Amino acid sequence: MTGITSEALIMAFSALGAGAAMIAMAGVGIGIGFNAGKTVEGTARQPEAQGTLLKLMLIGVALTETAGIFALIISIMLLFANPFV
Amino acid sequence: MELGPKILGHLGPIPITETVVWGWIFSVLILAFAFLSTRKMQRIPKGLQGVAEWIVEFVYNMVRDVMGEAGERFAPYMGTLLIFLIPGSMLGLLDCRPLAADLNCTAPLAIVSFVMIHYNAVKAKTAKGYIKELSSPFAFMLPMNIISDSMFPVTLAMRLFGNLLAGVIVMTLIYHGLEHLSTMIGSPLPFFQLIIPLPLNAFFDMFEPVLQGYIFVMLTMVFTSNARQVEE
Repeated sequence: MTGITSEALIMAFSALGAGAAMIAMAGVGIGIGFNAGKTVEGTARQPEAQGTLLKLMLIGVALTETAGIFALIISIMLLFANPFV
Repeated sequence: MELGPKILGHLGPIPITETVVWGWIFSVLILAFAFLSTRKMQRIPKGLQGVAEWIVEFVYNMVRDVMGEAGERFAPYMGTLLIFLIPGSMLGLLDCRPLAADLNCTAPLAIVSFVMIHYNAVKAKTAKGYIKELSSPFAFMLPMNIISDSMFPVTLAMRLFGNLLAGVIVMTLIYHGLEHLSTMIGSPLPFFQLIIPLPLNAFFDMFEPVLQGYIFVMLTMVFTSNARQVEE
């Protein structure tokens, strides 16, 4: 452990953590995919309800996305506004 | 690499950032537009008055669709949010930082929405009904409900901020990459930046702001009309 400052070590593990935090996006992708797929199903069954379904889908996508956005903000914080350094 | 908005100057101990200056500029522009378009009103709209009437009609129809006739008095607030957030987030087209890519812009708006929602909930249900609804279905769920309610402004602010910040980061990376590519083949001008990023600009600076601004307003509307519903 010569030549490695504690700050460098913290930065290295922060970068690893930032990458690991983005794993959350996998779940978000699955969620949004489900959402869009079900909307397509609904539209195929009832084409006249398309406007309402699109509106509902956008709200659903926004709510699903929040988890991923939190992961993104955590990883950005680890890289640019690290509280540990 | 610096990620925050540029600091242009200091007013005493308070730093004046890019976001604040653009916020002022947009407020003045919106005020000027509202003033100019309604100064000489005519029965048959033409020019600026037509644009203003189209915006107002669009907002009122949207609010009426989501919140019903009774929610029409919230239309001015929702319209203000829309005409401030959507053009303000398209600033990336001018190579400036979008307004909503700063948490200091989105958080106050989210807090205003939050206070408005709960004020209207108390007004519609009375304080007793409000507490009763908070402690439903059982009394020991009260802390849970308070936590989940107080997360609303956080998620509202973070969603807008995170989406636009991600757009800013992607665009910065792409412009830097294209500049690097064009210097690699020995050109003094970064001519790769000319046409290639256009579709990405269209997505991140035109489509995303409209979608995210719409979602912000939509969630505010949905939560307001939910909060005002009195259960029998």
